[in-house]
Amino acid sequence: MSEPQILLEAHDVAKHFGGVKALHDVSLTIRRGEIYGLIGPNGAGKTTFFNCLTGLYKNESGHFVFDGVELAADAPHKAAEVGIARTFQNIRLFGNMTGIENVMVGRHLRTHAGVFGALTRNRTTMAEEAAITRRAEELLHYVGIHERAHDLAKNLSYGDQRRLEIARALATEPKLLALDEPAAGMNGTETEALRVLVEGICRDGVTVLLIEHDVKLVMGLCGRVAVLDYGEKICEDVPAVVQKDPRVIEAYLGGSVA
Amino acid sequence: MNGQVKTSVPWQRHWLGVLLIAVVLLAVPFVAALGGQAWVRIANFAILYIFLALGLNIVVGYAGLLDLGYVAFYAVGAYAYALLASPHFGLHLPFWVILPLGAGIACLFGMLLGAPTLKLRGDYLAIVTLGFGEIIRIFLNNLNAPINVTNGAQGITLIDPIRIGEFSFATTSTLLGIEISGPQKYYFLLVALAILVIIVNVRLQNSRVGRAWQAIREDEVAAKACGINTRNIKLLAFAMGASFGGIAGGVFSAMQGFVSPESFSLMESITILAMVVLGGMGHIPGVILGAVLLTALPEVLRYGIEPLQDALFGRMIIDPESLRMLIFGLAMVLVMRFRPAGLWPSPQRRRELAEHSD
Repeated sequence: MSEPQILLEAHDVAKHFGGVKALHDVSLTIRRGEIYGLIGPNGAGKTTFFNCLTGLYKNESGHFVFDGVELAADAPHKAAEVGIARTFQNIRLFGNMTGIENVMVGRHLRTHAGVFGALTRNRTTMAEEAAITRRAEELLHYVGIHERAHDLAKNLSYGDQRRLEIARALATEPKLLALDEPAAGMNGTETEALRVLVEGICRDGVTVLLIEHDVKLVMGLCGRVAVLDYGEKICEDVPAVVQKDPRVIEAYLGGSVA
Repeated sequence: MNGQVKTSVPWQRHWLGVLLIAVVLLAVPFVAALGGQAWVRIANFAILYIFLALGLNIVVGYAGLLDLGYVAFYAVGAYAYALLASPHFGLHLPFWVILPLGAGIACLFGMLLGAPTLKLRGDYLAIVTLGFGEIIRIFLNNLNAPINVTNGAQGITLIDPIRIGEFSFATTSTLLGIEISGPQKYYFLLVALAILVIIVNVRLQNSRVGRAWQAIREDEVAAKACGINTRNIKLLAFAMGASFGGIAGGVFSAMQGFVSPESFSLMESITILAMVVLGGMGHIPGVILGAVLLTALPEVLRYGIEPLQDALFGRMIIDPESLRMLIFGLAMVLVMRFRPAGLWPSPQRRRELAEHSD
């Protein structure tokens, strides 16, 4: 392949909130086509890392190189434009829009109709609208909630909302899909279904960055895992090695110093 | 959404409805004229307010940006027309030049207001827009020195009516054997403009841009994460709303022949906003209803309460103008208490609020 094998490089990314170092010089590399896990105890800085990556926060130092190009991470929509899509830890759907409309909003980025098109409803615009609807339907099928397409997003079950959020993120045609604790609050069956979905997404060519608390899910799903603790990366390797790393065990189970 | 509702109605009934509305719209100015030309003018203002309210609906109803200074754009459009078609500067440009120009200038002002306020939401945005509206009015009031631009509080008089060739909208003329007065001509012009703004509203609602507005209204952070350039899309809402305000202002100028800053007070902004909120934010029929009700209310009071008080007490006890504000306020409280989604909300919005109160 002519494409570079590395999709995302984070170089010494740091973010402070007042005196709190939420991220302290975190560097990591994500390879194209893998499922990369980011784990760590609560407050370790995982979501902060996500927010820096997707432009919601501005990191004080360090930078990201995405697909060979430095990220100008000053606006979230730009991150989406270069191909980073995300979901949120606390689901952020457009609650009063239907499932399909949510996904159609995701197509905004890759479509062009403006006011003129909307007002004249010319052939280009109508064709584009039809394509948007079709693609949104496909994506709802893909994540398995097409039967709820015309329900308001907020009326969907928790698991379906997670799926809808993934469908909306996929609608932006990402190269990297960043999932922030997608299994939070799910039962065993739902988590299993999610695992199958994420594997499928990866197989279809989208690299996945996964923040997750469910260690079993991460270990089963991810090719490589990084562990954050107090804003620092303490470990990065394949799951089997990470699991045995003494610093990871200490971070999760508490150290010898009380 | 709207499209689906329409297709579920059989086409015969659909066309029957359109025909009925057309007949009523045609009849209104002639029926109203039986009571005097004043009633035609009232009908004109009702339609002008429909136009304004639907312009504001784009900003408030669709994009969810609470704008309390909408009247500023109305003022900009009105003064643009007044300055370019009156003896004040000796300019007499034709209306088809000024109306688009006025819309453009108002649009520019919309962006001027939009740009610095993009990061503000809700109450904060409301305060800034309110200030902006007042700034424009105060400017108009004081821009008579050192160079007399706006003629200050006296306003500008002798504004040209809309004129197409020899056909003037100010005078009565006979068309196809029917006598049509000036206000009646403006009525038809305003109806045409109102239909235009309704089409714009409908088409924007069900479009890529309309969805982006709705997404911003729902959750701005998520909208950004979806790749929506929220800055541009919000500016677009401000600009579009402002342009309609500008056009309405131009027609207002031409129709009245006179403008002064006092027509563009904060109260006017609030009234237009109240039409949108009272009727049903984001729902076109609701907004139209709100505009008609709030325009008709003071007139009904004027023509109804005075004679009523005379008959009951033999003299005037309460001035209709103060009664108007009282009823206005009471109506707002009642509507917000019992129909928070407005008198005629969109089915979707009604669901939203119903579930919020659970």
